Amino acid sequence: MNHTTEEMMTVAAARALRDGARCFVGIGLPSTAANLARRTHAPNLVLIYESGTIGAKPDHLPLSIGDGVLAETADAVVGVPEIFNYWLQAGRVDIGFLGAAQIDRLGNINTTVIGDDYRAPAVRLPGAGGAPEIAASSKEAIVVLRQSPRSFVERVDFITSVCSGPTTVITDLGVYSPDGDGELALTHLHPGVTEQRAREACGWDLRVPRAPKRTAPPSEGELAALRALAPRRKAAT
Amino acid sequence: MTALLPLPDAVADLIGDGDTVALEGFTHLIPFAAGHEIIRQRRRELTLVRMTPDVVYDQLIGAGCARKLVFSWGGNPGVGSLHRFRDAVENGWPSNVELEEHSHAGMANRYAAGASGLPFAVLRGYTGTDLMRRTANVAPIECPFTGQELTAVAALRPDVTVVHAQRADRSGNVQLWGITGVQKEAVLAARRCLVTVEEIVDELTPRPGAVVLPSWVVTAVAHCPRGAHPSYAHGYYERDNDFYLAWDAISRDREAFAGWIREHLGAAV
Repeated sequence: MNHTTEEMMTVAAARALRDGARCFVGIGLPSTAANLARRTHAPNLVLIYESGTIGAKPDHLPLSIGDGVLAETADAVVGVPEIFNYWLQAGRVDIGFLGAAQIDRLGNINTTVIGDDYRAPAVRLPGAGGAPEIAASSKEAIVVLRQSPRSFVERVDFITSVCSGPTTVITDLGVYSPDGDGELALTHLHPGVTEQRAREACGWDLRVPRAPKRTAPPSEGELAALRALAPRRKAAT
Repeated sequence: MTALLPLPDAVADLIGDGDTVALEGFTHLIPFAAGHEIIRQRRRELTLVRMTPDVVYDQLIGAGCARKLVFSWGGNPGVGSLHRFRDAVENGWPSNVELEEHSHAGMANRYAAGASGLPFAVLRGYTGTDLMRRTANVAPIECPFTGQELTAVAALRPDVTVVHAQRADRSGNVQLWGITGVQKEAVLAARRCLVTVEEIVDELTPRPGAVVLPSWVVTAVAHCPRGAHPSYAHGYYERDNDFYLAWDAISRDREAFAGWIREHLGAAV
């Protein structure tokens, strides 16, 4: 089956979620990937949303992180101070799963403003939301975003969030993780993507291993599950 | 004694120009009807507080009610930007809006401190971010017992908090359930509060997991069926995701926005 680069990114992100992990799920692509993982290799993945829904098992993709289907299917629904203090901050979350507008060489995440002047930004983004504490308090972080020289930058315009544990960055072109000195380096190229393409879509001189691994293409099962999730989602994109 | 008031009277009595006003509800039970009444009554110079500004604050900002916004995430969930919010920040239309931004954990703890009668709350957060530098009301603090460096956030004490709930009884006891967000903290942190409700009933039937606000912490209740639309009221109606999607186009254009406000709220922008 043919697939789009967006589908490859979502499938690669879903695969990074191991069964049984407790995953704090951000809005948008992370939510799609986490729900795909639950329908494929990780049926026991615990989805935690910042709306206070713990162990949500939605039968369709929610548009927001607080849709009714999350509360109806959750193991527990708690207040917002509690989800952040007792559940996230205390270290009960294995994987923090985030989107980003920009990420830099050192893995800092920006979801606040684009432009040099905070007070007069070229683009005002939504802001931090739960991300700073999700990035800092989860045992590990996964970040998904589309890769371009504008999103993969030498230095972010604003540091909104800093990942403190092991980090995996998944894009439409490949998979990245920090080297020993903290600099993001390529680990995997997605099918059909050249090293050159990954370099061109990166705002710094990208480190590439001698023989980057190749991401396995989406299986028919993965694509079918992802597309079955899509109809409700389509309207939103 | 809680006052049972028509919504226009409740807004007129409780919310004045220049007040610090929090409309809370985390995706669920967002008090849209009250926000619309604030626009109709042309309140000005408000400091608007809310974790997730959402479409309701996009409308208030576009209508010129806001002087300042205290928040943690200003987007249209699952859809994209809040265009009226962006237009105010990027282009100063209809006026400049001062921003004070936090993380969700910071805002939630600020409300909790306000509700607890404390001057600040402590969390492990903001560390290494530019938010620390840009945002008043956040400061590092050392734990007096372990020496760990933590973060202090100042208490939030809104003049008025507005929330929407499923039910109230005739004495003004309020019951809400489903995703209850930060509403209890926001109500208890505020000097006065208005609760809009789907239904007024003779007697509140206990519900497991529900938040109950006793009448003696509720200043006023207003009966507003569908008062959370286009957000939702668990057990009453679902989130109108089509409206959130449609808002993207309405809000992108100043004229289209002003037209929508005129047509649907009968208010001028």
